Amino acid sequence: MSDDKDNAYWSANLRIIAWSLVIWALVSFGFGILLRPLLSGIAVGGTDLGFWFAQQGSILVFLALIFNYAWRMNKLDHEHGVDE
Amino acid sequence: MDQFVINLLFVGASFALYIGIAIWARAGSTSEFYAAGRGVHPVTNGMATAADWMSAASFISMAGLIAFVGYDNSTFLMGWTGGYVLLALLLAPYLRKFGKFTVSEFIGDRFYSSTARLVAVICLIVASTTYVIGQMTGVGVAFGRFLEVSNTAGLLIGACVVFAYAVFGGMKGVTYTQVAQYCVLILAYTIPAVFISLQLTGNPIPGLGLFGDHAASGEPLLAKLDQIVTELGFAEYTAHNADTLNMVLFTLSLMIGTAGLPHVIMRFFTVPKVADARWSAGWTLVFIALLYLTAPAVGGMARLNITEMFWPNGTQEAAVSVETIENDADYNWMLTWQKTGLLDWEDKNGDSLIQYYNDKNPEMQEKAAEAGWTGNELTKFNRDILVLANPEIANLPSWVIGLVAAGGLAAALSTAAGLLLAISSAVSHDLIKGQLNPRISEKGELLSARIAMAVAIVVATYLGLNPPGFAAQTVALAFGLAAASIFPALMMGIFSKKINNHGAVAGMLAGLLVTLLYIFLHKGWFFIPGTNSFSDADPLLGTIKSTSFGAIGAAINFAVAYVVSNMTKPLPKEIIELVESVRIPRGAGAAQDGH
Repeated sequence: MSDDKDNAYWSANLRIIAWSLVIWALVSFGFGILLRPLLSGIAVGGTDLGFWFAQQGSILVFLALIFNYAWRMNKLDHEHGVDE
Repeated sequence: MDQFVINLLFVGASFALYIGIAIWARAGSTSEFYAAGRGVHPVTNGMATAADWMSAASFISMAGLIAFVGYDNSTFLMGWTGGYVLLALLLAPYLRKFGKFTVSEFIGDRFYSSTARLVAVICLIVASTTYVIGQMTGVGVAFGRFLEVSNTAGLLIGACVVFAYAVFGGMKGVTYTQVAQYCVLILAYTIPAVFISLQLTGNPIPGLGLFGDHAASGEPLLAKLDQIVTELGFAEYTAHNADTLNMVLFTLSLMIGTAGLPHVIMRFFTVPKVADARWSAGWTLVFIALLYLTAPAVGGMARLNITEMFWPNGTQEAAVSVETIENDADYNWMLTWQKTGLLDWEDKNGDSLIQYYNDKNPEMQEKAAEAGWTGNELTKFNRDILVLANPEIANLPSWVIGLVAAGGLAAALSTAAGLLLAISSAVSHDLIKGQLNPRISEKGELLSARIAMAVAIVVATYLGLNPPGFAAQTVALAFGLAAASIFPALMMGIFSKKINNHGAVAGMLAGLLVTLLYIFLHKGWFFIPGTNSFSDADPLLGTIKSTSFGAIGAAINFAVAYVVSNMTKPLPKEIIELVESVRIPRGAGAAQDGH
């Protein structure tokens, strides 16, 4: 397998990681803490959306991120012929 | 049936199960002892990792931390789960591809430096040992409360059970007992929560009930909770009161520390392929989330329940009377827990009523003076009893209490076993085989791993019986070390072809020493009381608390490693090839045959 192909595989991996980490930070540090005042208008069960993100929403998004990463990387492995 | 007999049945049955698994899953080779033969299914590994990770702190303490502080302690929920995103994306698949047995072995090979490996081993042993003390004391407390034996006897029984399955079964035995322990602890955590959620909100799923309506008043549960606690002068439950910078840094430190804890990382060496390591991280978080999505509900609902017990007719009416507490069956739990010394009350103003309110709040002090109250009369409420007492507070059947006893023990024992395994493999594989006697035979290494495990259990039991005064402080230390030394070294080892041996060693030492210095300045040198120059209430430069410092330590590690690597020789060719091979999944299954 050529180095170019390896590089393409690795850059595709880094792109997925970068996007995933942006969302990871957005839902926890963002919606859960820093941006909570902006979400204060959206009511959820006696409180606001930021509180929900801090206590539950961020965990659910983390789950989605990890499964999305596993699914996309396993597909990428196959496309680049590096799976086993 | 007597509650004591029921507790004994539940705990005895769960222990018999663990021992049975130990006999079934003995380890015959080093590969089985360190990595369960790399044949563990990703879902099974996920369940075992969840039990490995969720300790007495998650099971017993976390809901209490949330209940009495509210929104600001969401840091634990986000921090202890968000770390798995880092682990799944940045570490687990590549370390599985590397295909060796310990975290320090990767650091030693990748940075072609036995010094780097040694620094990693020391961090690993210090972090894991401080962590295991808490688990062992937790075992003693749970036994003492539920089985009416002394803490010492309880701790010795627990140590013997861990000995049975960890020394003989190694990673293989630990993995399958952790699966059983996960089942016990998750049932023990969720069953009382479901009952309580049904009582309070009519919703059987606690995580949804928290954001639902309070059945008795028809108002949203959290609005009701906010109202009732503020009427008593406490901080609003859902409000943001802590300072934002420390909240962000503390969450980040917990995340990085979680991803850098060796006993968690090494669990991902047990699955057959790289693809399995990725799935397995997801399954781990599924099993952790079942507890972590329930925990804020347990906390919020318990806070409401407890507050309403003291103010049965609302906060504007008379408080509960001493006579009711002593005679009403609903208040029986208070008498039970008063005996343990973790809960107490005192009728300070002699009005035969027990007023529970925040006597530190100036507005409330005025109200209290008018009403003739002379201070908060709930004089002691240890937050750790919340989860254990919850089934009694909510008047649940006695088998639920027995289940919670078994669950608390499962949480502490499973984490203790994982930590002991990390310590013993560091000693036998990194120190004995890696440094002292590289030509040791497979049989000899397996024997030394078992001896190391046995010694580690004896030391942990001793420390559990005689916990150093700083035991409670050391959790910050374990996370600080993992965040400041281990995580950055692993990440740079995978994602950079520039960081060399000198850079890695300098980075790890810088991160480690600055973090230690910062913690010691705030908590006292070697945690000796009175030797601290600052405190977390009044930190250095007035900003960052020592518990939030792990993330800063990690940043220092990254920066120093980068600068030093740029000033010294580039990586040798074979190390660049090693980095490239770690990045490509193909061949991870084949690597296992090499062992």
